[in-house]
Amino acid sequence: MNHLSRFAPLLGLFMVYGLFAILGPDSFSSGRNLETIARQTAIVGTAALGMTLVIIAGGIDLSVGSIIALTTVTIAASLQAGLSPVFAALIGILTGTLCGLVNGLIITRFRVVPFIVTLGTLLLLRGIAKGLADEQKIDAPLTYLIDLLAALPRDAWWIFPPGVWLLIILALLTGGFLAYTRPGKHIVAIGSNENTARLCGIRVEATKLLVYALAGTSAGIAGLLQFSRLTVGDPTVAVGLELDVIAAVVIGGGSLSGGEGSVLGSVVGALIMTVIRSGCSQMGLPNWVQEIVTGIIIVIAVAVDRLRHRER
Amino acid sequence: MSIPKHPRFAMRGMHKTFGATIALDNVDFVVSPGEIHALIGENGAGKSTLMKVLSGALQPDAGEMTVDGSPFTPTSPLQARQQGVVMIYQELSLAPHLTVVENVLLGMEITRHGLLQKSDMHALVQNALAELDHADIDPHARVSTLTIAERQIVEIARALSVQCRVLVLDEPTSSLTRADADRLFRVMQRLKARNLAIVYISHFLEEIKEVADQFTVLRDGKKAGSGLVASTPISDIVHLMVGRQIDDFFPRSNRTPGEPLLDLKNLAGDPLPHSASLVLHRGEVLGIGGLIGAGRTELLRALFGLDPIRKGHITFAHNTVRATPAQRLAQGMGLLSEDRKDEGLAQSMSLADNLTLSRLPRGIISPRKLRAITRQWISRLGIRTSGPAQPIADLSGGNQQKVALARLLHHDVACLLLDEPTRGIDIASKADIYHLIDQLATQGKAILLVSSYLPELLGICDRIAVMYRGRLSPARPVDKCSEHSLMLEATGQEAAL
Repeated sequence: MNHLSRFAPLLGLFMVYGLFAILGPDSFSSGRNLETIARQTAIVGTAALGMTLVIIAGGIDLSVGSIIALTTVTIAASLQAGLSPVFAALIGILTGTLCGLVNGLIITRFRVVPFIVTLGTLLLLRGIAKGLADEQKIDAPLTYLIDLLAALPRDAWWIFPPGVWLLIILALLTGGFLAYTRPGKHIVAIGSNENTARLCGIRVEATKLLVYALAGTSAGIAGLLQFSRLTVGDPTVAVGLELDVIAAVVIGGGSLSGGEGSVLGSVVGALIMTVIRSGCSQMGLPNWVQEIVTGIIIVIAVAVDRLRHRER
Repeated sequence: MSIPKHPRFAMRGMHKTFGATIALDNVDFVVSPGEIHALIGENGAGKSTLMKVLSGALQPDAGEMTVDGSPFTPTSPLQARQQGVVMIYQELSLAPHLTVVENVLLGMEITRHGLLQKSDMHALVQNALAELDHADIDPHARVSTLTIAERQIVEIARALSVQCRVLVLDEPTSSLTRADADRLFRVMQRLKARNLAIVYISHFLEEIKEVADQFTVLRDGKKAGSGLVASTPISDIVHLMVGRQIDDFFPRSNRTPGEPLLDLKNLAGDPLPHSASLVLHRGEVLGIGGLIGAGRTELLRALFGLDPIRKGHITFAHNTVRATPAQRLAQGMGLLSEDRKDEGLAQSMSLADNLTLSRLPRGIISPRKLRAITRQWISRLGIRTSGPAQPIADLSGGNQQKVALARLLHHDVACLLLDEPTRGIDIASKADIYHLIDQLATQGKAILLVSSYLPELLGICDRIAVMYRGRLSPARPVDKCSEHSLMLEATGQEAAL
């Protein structure tokens, strides 16, 4: 990968940001708004970390939105049952891991394509969430979990709320995992050419299982952040969020045919979408304009990527 | 036959550069009607650039082309086709879900009032196939059910249906059995009788000798020579291709086989092979000959744990239990795939990543260390590359194959299963790989070599066994084998020996 293409998503982010800074109201480029943008990116950005692994491995996970909803429900239910916040959060995250494991097991054991499997679990997990919550929001006692994405951190030196710091740390860890560990390299190899991976003795099935489990875990953490924003468990939240997450990865340079993608790119991709949303709403543009602009950005990002490949 | 006024196809003073690289340098190339003209050259010699110019996929910097005397300046493959210049590539371009008729007449369907005239189309295609001596192909068959050889004929039928005047065949026999290749050569003779000009591109010089009338050799983008095939010995053509004499093309040092490392008893895979027994010793090169599809690749894959085993016993380095590829690698066995592009190498990854993939260190990986290891192998095997970070897809076939071999060497396996290690690579790289195999054998490695190229088997192996329809013959010392005896065994006629 040459340097230009590695930084293309970042360049795109600066361009979009610069455009709104010029066209939009002064409030857009305020430090306060920057903090808001970071906060609003945390959920999609966290889920995009796992999705990046899945897409690099040549797969797809459509169930992340449902996993997030299910996680908010299990966290709220645990808190309601009197469990400590740490324990409730852990149960929520493990719910995500478990869902990811189920996806991975079906994909590797029964050799069904990931698109179909996760399309199935998208419905299935959403159904479970609604059933568990009796199709209602679950109220939970107020704990410090809701401070994860609170607008105003207690101390000014935090700059961002803890949820954003969590995203940054997890992104660094995931990026390092991909580039500097054996399983990370194996994931790239499987997405690049599964046959080669087998030939080189890589345990393809086990590695894929790991990938989907990690994707479920990252969706579980995103669900924790979602809960902290909602303060309740909501089985109907995050419908269609998987598309935002996939879009973030693709804008960031991920290729749906596998073997390519970057963690930094995916986080930047998530930021680009938030900046568009924030900019449009501050300029008083209606919702449908945001959708058109986001759609155009996705298509341009992929088209530019294809052009770059053809030049090689 | 009167002498035609114009050649059917002529290219004069053709020049094409990519940046600093001169891909074609003042090349002349002339083909007469009713002539089969072999275009020869190593990978990177300019053959594919020439073909792309011919097919309109690339525009030349200078030079002119004519077809039957009139200027030919295609700007796209479609235009070239419309003017009667048709390419048939190694990777065939048929739609597998459509029938033979639909493929042959794709884009030129016969309609009346907007409705397809199926019976007219059927008759037309049936005639075309009969004319190509292939009336046995069912025009209603889906292309996906046809063999590679039959698909080629369908492509040729499609070419003829657009009034093709110049037909370019790119490595048409590389995936054919000998019998199918012979049949294709007969089809070429028929096309020749119809006054088509045929450009025939092949790495197999023996076949060129058999089928072509004229040849042109390209080297480093220049025309190195041309002439009549009948009056030019193969060694002279090789000399033109490499520009130097290759001494000792097939090296075989004095090898002393050591202890047995691999022992197969009645191994059967699913569905192939049916039965294979052999003993492979350290320090020897054991060749496996036979036709494509006989089950040789399947044997190697079953050994390595990639394909299932139905019955039989494998003993490798005192291990008797069936193993996965990961376990085989750990035991010291490695497989070089016959298919570099789809299996051997991950094309979108770098040279360093490909080379170290099977043996990455645990814990935190240092990219600098991986690059250093890779540089060592680059210099040891003479891999031509800009460096460890270069994407593998940018390397030539020969250099890619060296990387795939380097991966096995870096893994330090004791037993190498090599499946067609020199297929489709340039002669200089072939020579390098033969020397490397010889060197490994003298170091005490055990090498099982599958090859369809008989001179190679006879040249570098110590013993040779032949696979025929899934059954492996007992291995015989190489001095008891000849091209003739191997061919008889490969076609199931050893009784004639």
